[in-house]
Amino acid sequence: MSTDNERERDEEAANLPEKQGRERLAAPVRRTGMFGATTTGDTSGFGGLQVRGSAPVADQRPFTDPDDPRTADFDRVADDLEAALGESAGAVERVEVAYGELTFHVRREALPEVARVLRDDPSLRYELCTGVAGVHFPDDAGRELHAVYHFRSLTHNSEIRVATTCPDADPHVPSIVSVYPTNDWHEREAWDFFGIVFDGHPALTRIQMPDDWHGHPQRKDYPLGGIPVEYRGATVPPPDERRSYK
Amino acid sequence: MTVTEDYIDASGGDWDDVIEKAQATSAERLVVNMGPQHPSTHGVLRLILTLDGETCTEARVGIGYLHTGIEKNLEYRTWTQGTTFVTRMDYLTPLFNETAYCLAVEKLLGITDRVPERANVIRVMMMELNRMASHFVAMATFGMELGATTVMTNGFREREMILDIFELVTGLRMNHAYVRPGGVAQDLPPGAVGKVRELLKEMPGRIRTMRKLLDENPVYLARTRDVAHLNLPGCMALGVTGPLLRASGLAWDLRKAKPYCGYEDYEFDVPVSDGGDVYARYRVRMAEMEESLKIIEQCLDKLQPGPVMIKDAKIGWPAKLALGPDGLGNSPDHIAHIMSGSMEALIHHFKLVTEGFRVPAGQAYAAVESAKGELGCYAVSDGGTRPHRVHFRDPSFTHLQAVAAMCEGGTVADVIAAVASIDPVMGGVDR
Repeated sequence: MSTDNERERDEEAANLPEKQGRERLAAPVRRTGMFGATTTGDTSGFGGLQVRGSAPVADQRPFTDPDDPRTADFDRVADDLEAALGESAGAVERVEVAYGELTFHVRREALPEVARVLRDDPSLRYELCTGVAGVHFPDDAGRELHAVYHFRSLTHNSEIRVATTCPDADPHVPSIVSVYPTNDWHEREAWDFFGIVFDGHPALTRIQMPDDWHGHPQRKDYPLGGIPVEYRGATVPPPDERRSYK
Repeated sequence: MTVTEDYIDASGGDWDDVIEKAQATSAERLVVNMGPQHPSTHGVLRLILTLDGETCTEARVGIGYLHTGIEKNLEYRTWTQGTTFVTRMDYLTPLFNETAYCLAVEKLLGITDRVPERANVIRVMMMELNRMASHFVAMATFGMELGATTVMTNGFREREMILDIFELVTGLRMNHAYVRPGGVAQDLPPGAVGKVRELLKEMPGRIRTMRKLLDENPVYLARTRDVAHLNLPGCMALGVTGPLLRASGLAWDLRKAKPYCGYEDYEFDVPVSDGGDVYARYRVRMAEMEESLKIIEQCLDKLQPGPVMIKDAKIGWPAKLALGPDGLGNSPDHIAHIMSGSMEALIHHFKLVTEGFRVPAGQAYAAVESAKGELGCYAVSDGGTRPHRVHFRDPSFTHLQAVAAMCEGGTVADVIAAVASIDPVMGGVDR
């Protein structure tokens, strides 16, 4: 009985503002100031502003919110996926439910297995993959590059998102072209724009940029050119260096 | 130019040299470049074809000639300015691009249910008009590429009727930036409903004329029947959706499966055919235009007076516009309010327009059934006034992967029919 009380107290303490505040301040600072000014003094009064990142969200069951019809089959999908993965259920690091969408964060080495199960398991049957989108989070240390897949089941009329990450230092994600051939070009695009290497892709070449291009333009650290103007050799700074609302 | 015992690579250089080399060797196969500048490749599409006589043994696709970095550009504009960019992606389906983008932004803002009813009806009406316009271009260019120039002139003439409505409603024939997060940029101007009714009266006859030209035309049938076949498992593996999927026998339509903008309240059928060939795709597109007319008619019945932009002053821009002295849309009431009524309202308006609204951090995927297939928009926000990342899953991009499956083993003439039946628009493919 006493342990129950203690647990309750702990749970309460976890929700107290004091603890939340400490956690908030421990999070890394994502940016400072309001306007992105680095070269000149910021006289706006927002120069000392610090915006911190937040910890990754990990939702617990139930994933289905009775008040939100969009989430109706989330518990079923999560259960079926867990059952279908069997021993390798650890592949799913965490589950996120937000904006009426279900996201499975998957360890990258398990991605092909998860994709195969999603396609082949009769209770899941995600026949259609609508491609992969790269996303670059330079501040997400160790998980800078995200590869985000959307799957659609025509049989069960359901859609889910599967996300996996890789660090900048080792930008490798296994290819799922052997499971979803449609991902051929989508993976080439993510390689072209983000530099994510999809191991096992049949021909991972650039698709939009010229073959001899250097760098991966949609990464956040890709240098953007300024625009020279005909006034004393001045240059309009590139968009990410201009003063602007952030 | 490369010449081996096996093949002649004619992907550049002078044809006279190619012929000379071809006569000197015993090579049977010829590698030719079709495009990126070629009248039948729908813009700057490059096809690399290996030909053995008239047979196309390998077909590879080169894209990227129209890459404009729209997704990257979006990251340096406010969420509202984004519509101006996305409308330029697939320039034949601008209103679908805008709607997909706005649905994703609205999902992140959590205002999907608060978009006014009238705005949704206008969105549906404009999208269905746009579907017809896009299908007309598909028919028209297709006809032209097969040598039927009457189909081309007719198709573009019918499309012009729709573009006139677009111009009246949005001010532009294309690149509208009309659909905005929270609603639409402005209400329908006087006379718009009348013009749409006119179109509803005129269009069925025009579609019948086109059907008479093509449905039973023996030349057309010979060029399209059993050409560029793609079956249902092929479609699934290659991620093919839209009219191509429905022409392979599956009645899958996001408007029915995952309704958005109130599509569940409209009565219409999903045309389907099991031919899986170019002709089946043509029949599906034709039938879809007739269904679009049905939906547009229901839209006119549903149009009730009311606001067309969300009431939330933190998101919605003034949308009750009148033609101002500068030739642009102005909102006289709003100007009077901010310039002489309320200092706070002026500050607020200034902040909304220059800084833009903040979108809660997170990610959302919204998909619409565009004229070409599933058009998906994946938006990531870091909580700021600009997107962290926006990715578009463009149907044309995905469908072009099917060129190899459709063309290899057929004749070189069928390559033209196959590509035209995919109806790719390079603005959307390359973004």
